[in-house]
Amino acid sequence: MQLRLQEVFKKGVAGMEKTLKKYFVVFTVPTIIAFAFAFIIPFAQGVYLSFCEFTTVSNAKWVGLKNYILAFSSSQGFTRALLFTVGFTIVCIITINLLAFTLALLLTRKIKGTNIFRTIFFMPNLIGGIVLGYTWQQMINAILYQFETTIVSNAKYGFIGLVVLMNWQMIGYMMIIYIAGLQNVPTDLIEAAKIDGATAWQTLIKVKLPMVMSSVSICMFLTLSNCFKLFDQNKALTNGAPRDKTQMLALNIYDTFYGKTGYEGVGQAKAVMFFIIVAVIGISQLAFTRSKEVEQ
Amino acid sequence: MIQNKKTRTTNSILFVILFVVAVVVLYPLFFILNNSFKGKFFISKDPFSLPTGETFSGLSNYVNGLVKTGLLSAIGWSFFITIVSVLLIILFTSMTAYYITRVKTKVTQALYYMFVFSMIVPFQMVMFTMSSLADTFHLKNPIGMCVLYLGFGAGLSVFMFAGFIKSVPIDIEEASMIDGCTPLQNYFKVVFPILKPTAITVAILNAMWIWNDFLLPYLVIGISTKYKTIPVVVQMLVGSNGNKDMGALMAMLVLSIIPIIIFYLTCQKYIIEGVVAGAVKG
Repeated sequence: MQLRLQEVFKKGVAGMEKTLKKYFVVFTVPTIIAFAFAFIIPFAQGVYLSFCEFTTVSNAKWVGLKNYILAFSSSQGFTRALLFTVGFTIVCIITINLLAFTLALLLTRKIKGTNIFRTIFFMPNLIGGIVLGYTWQQMINAILYQFETTIVSNAKYGFIGLVVLMNWQMIGYMMIIYIAGLQNVPTDLIEAAKIDGATAWQTLIKVKLPMVMSSVSICMFLTLSNCFKLFDQNKALTNGAPRDKTQMLALNIYDTFYGKTGYEGVGQAKAVMFFIIVAVIGISQLAFTRSKEVEQ
Repeated sequence: MIQNKKTRTTNSILFVILFVVAVVVLYPLFFILNNSFKGKFFISKDPFSLPTGETFSGLSNYVNGLVKTGLLSAIGWSFFITIVSVLLIILFTSMTAYYITRVKTKVTQALYYMFVFSMIVPFQMVMFTMSSLADTFHLKNPIGMCVLYLGFGAGLSVFMFAGFIKSVPIDIEEASMIDGCTPLQNYFKVVFPILKPTAITVAILNAMWIWNDFLLPYLVIGISTKYKTIPVVVQMLVGSNGNKDMGALMAMLVLSIIPIIIFYLTCQKYIIEGVVAGAVKG
């Protein structure tokens, strides 16, 4: 009997799949068309055009690897932008995660007003990069004005400004993820550690931290990819000034495309390399999370 | 008892620390709000004081800014593009995700991996070719923008819907199919209501991103049309002229932040949950 039922059920599932199969157009085509316009066609064209010289998509002339070689010439600023971006990203990953984790620890102690604090800390994350960038530009310039200088006069100010802005925006976001992780640590585990005479610091390092490692890896990768791909905030806060010294990769690519004509191919080649770096980060994240899942 | 007292003192100290952090976090917003009520000459001279007497300029910065920039129309277009795009994304990507989860063929598998792949491709990779394609196919208008957002949002949205649909038991759909429902009726009457929690998450993630997006509307719609969105207008106001009106800028920044804060305070629970879910899966 059991077997018969299963058979009927299997037939039913197969039948359903068969009927549904005929509805391919209705269910998928609108998405596929939009996806083709926004992604598939531009992506394929983009890869091809990175090997071409062009000013519009229709007048492309194959030049092989010339764009890729040109991209690394010092006048292109690609290497400098890469170094600046890497430095910025490293500083941000450390500061954002340390501060976010600390705040998360404080907000899981049942201090009064916890909910209001959480609401306030998360809020900057919702404001867009352009608006944020100009807000901070105004404020930083107001401070620097007291010393008769501005943010665009020194690359150091731009770097620090970007780090502060990014911290301000992302700490609340990461904090929320850490709070979710910390709330999942079983309380009896912490109780047991206390009974065994562990100090607060030992409990944190030996019990809480290992239990929230998955949150840590999520936050690390999120800060990594968000900082590495940063564009809006960079464009608004310094726009690369002074003399492109605070220009990050995404802005460098943008300026290559739209700065002066004749370098579109170089811009596209840079974009392909940018994509490859970001993809490697993304794939290693995937591999890392997968390996963690197996362990557990 | 002693332990308790100690905890209470520590918590009071920590409360003070948190309070200070909260003030620091809120200060930039207060800074632009404060200065938006000052005359433009006093903003650079005396940026940190409260507007009083001669420095207080009432709403003139707001009036000035609105007249100069057309921010009101930009707020309108931002709302239009965000709402229509999110509705399209919810409707079409959930249907696509349902189809490619339930019908396993090589084509649907390939589609799924393409959607996932698109999530890791940075916008700079496609921005030039995409905007020239949009030009060729006359997508340089609000409706065209919504189509492009459907395409750009498809990756994450299909991924999230598909992840949820995999966990939905097929039995209930079976029953409705045996009752004579067509796949479309089955989808809208049985499956779609179950997807509601994921739909809320997807809606919030996409709404936040589309509302704040700068580069796509800047490149596709541009600055010379009447369809500018809020970030484009803000960029124009600052980027175009050398002697900028700082008072108007402050006022416009305040006006562009207000809708987000209202949205956040009304749907805070969903937003925080949605963002966490998106982070964990994406």
